Amino acid sequence: MAAIQNTIFTPGTAARFDKLATIYPLKRSALVPMLLYAQDEVGYVSDAVVAEIAQRLDLLELDVRSVLSYYSMLRTQPAGKYNVQVCTNISCMLRGGFELLDHCKHTLGIGHKETTPDGLFSLEEVECIGACCWAPAAQVNYDFHDDLTPAKMDAVLDSYRARETK
Amino acid sequence: MPTLVSHPDEVKVLSRRFGLGATNIDRYIELDGYKATRQAIEQGPDWIINTMKASGLRGRGGAGFPTGMKWSFVPKVSEKPKYVLINGDESEPGTCKDHLIFLNDPHAIIEGAMIAGLAIGAKTGFIYLRGEYRYLLNIMEKAVADAYAKGFLGKNIFGHDGVDFDIITQTGAGAYEVGEESALMESLEGKRGVPRIRPPFPAVVGLYGGPTVINNAETIANVSHILLMGGEAYAKLGTERNGGTRLFGISGHVERPGVYELPMGYSLRKAIYEVAGGIRGGKQLKAVVPGGSSCPVLRADEIDVGLDFDQMAKAGTMLGSGGIVVLDETVSIVEFALRTIRFYQHESCGWCIPCREGTDWIKKTLTRFHAGGGTKKDIDNVQYIAENMMGRTFCPLGDAAAMPTLGFIKKFRPEFEEYLAGKRVDHPLIHIQPFGETELAGAH
Repeated sequence: MAAIQNTIFTPGTAARFDKLATIYPLKRSALVPMLLYAQDEVGYVSDAVVAEIAQRLDLLELDVRSVLSYYSMLRTQPAGKYNVQVCTNISCMLRGGFELLDHCKHTLGIGHKETTPDGLFSLEEVECIGACCWAPAAQVNYDFHDDLTPAKMDAVLDSYRARETK
Repeated sequence: MPTLVSHPDEVKVLSRRFGLGATNIDRYIELDGYKATRQAIEQGPDWIINTMKASGLRGRGGAGFPTGMKWSFVPKVSEKPKYVLINGDESEPGTCKDHLIFLNDPHAIIEGAMIAGLAIGAKTGFIYLRGEYRYLLNIMEKAVADAYAKGFLGKNIFGHDGVDFDIITQTGAGAYEVGEESALMESLEGKRGVPRIRPPFPAVVGLYGGPTVINNAETIANVSHILLMGGEAYAKLGTERNGGTRLFGISGHVERPGVYELPMGYSLRKAIYEVAGGIRGGKQLKAVVPGGSSCPVLRADEIDVGLDFDQMAKAGTMLGSGGIVVLDETVSIVEFALRTIRFYQHESCGWCIPCREGTDWIKKTLTRFHAGGGTKKDIDNVQYIAENMMGRTFCPLGDAAAMPTLGFIKKFRPEFEEYLAGKRVDHPLIHIQPFGETELAGAH
């Protein structure tokens, strides 16, 4: 691997990526996790992220973009600081997933894959997140929120707003 | 945090450590943890595989392939390294059982992977979790680090010279298709998750071209329990050719949704009406999707059937992933069918034309039908398209989309016809809001 000059990542993430590139029988295996962890830090998979990951894994940028476009959690545009993902798949739909999504749309004033003007929240309708028995469920970034109602959802959103004013 | 439920009819084998703090390695050891692995090292591969065969354990991901037999297919001698791959990409709508295993008993997954490795002669195991399960990946990674610290993983495990086993945890990034075994291997190799043609099967040519055993997380979490209790004792808990117990996730319109561990062959009716407390709000049952969204629907009069692979097949459906989705009388089947196909259309990887085009045309037709612009021919067309997807794709996603679609039309054709005639069974609150078409086109 070529040494990475002027990495765009924080020292912790850069060190983690150095290690990730060595643990697999094939270096390229680190690609999907690396893209996701990079997105966690940068907010989205930017051109600079693609370029550096390609360099780290000895891939063409084209290879990286081909994989990037396949996975639905990876995005090439910034999202809100808190990405609200409401599941409307069958188990959630039966217990009010669509009502919850609608409620979020009205409360936040944004639609699917849109971001509030202050950049705090974005909203996404997502497919099954594996919380079917605790439906309806949503994820805010990686946090699960189960057994929701519109009122509980308001409290969830408030709890993220409160983090900002602290 | 997911709530744990309980019912007297449960037989807790796999779930017996749930809620007991077994994510802590010392607590896990107190609860008989890592005994089975030590025993497996002493007894050797043939004993492990024979015990697994005797247990009658069948794959819990949905296909129901006998686990012991799968392991026995791996060649004893291989030039390339062999691998164990644990599939924790749980994504079948209606399924959340692996979620609870990772949350409550991560060391059982590690043990199962190690034992599978000992059985087939692999020295490396991969545990792949779906990207959404980040908090569970953190739990899993801590468990792996704790096992290394104790000398249970790495070189010369448990002090046995030359017995090595490493585990690498891996995250996906959102793709249902990656739950399919060959697509999972592609993803783990850093590629788009498209399926591979078989043969060769993974047992011969799998991850990095080496012989690979790939097992669902629930399957693998059973392994240490089976070795400790004995294959025959495990088999006896279930029915003929369907050994043991299973985690059933009951969701939808029931009073007490949750994940329950029931013996294989347990009555579907009792699972709904007794274990899960019956239909919510005293309403009538309309239909059941019995094993995750890809399984053909059962009508309310078809639920006197035992929950095992063979009885469900005989009933014209599948046990699948064990995710039982219960629909009450208020549900519009037209809407439910549309929501189901919309998922498969979104998740089709686009590799095989019958799946890519079939899911898209069924979605388009049902969207128009649902919006009130349907014709009688649409019903036949949807059936025709679905029939022509069956068996014509590299991986089972095409079938997974076609089977439920055919089920809805065959079992509820009159409802589709009434819908056309204006006697709509509209649920006033549920309405389908399609994903933006432009965004869909760029999604995969």
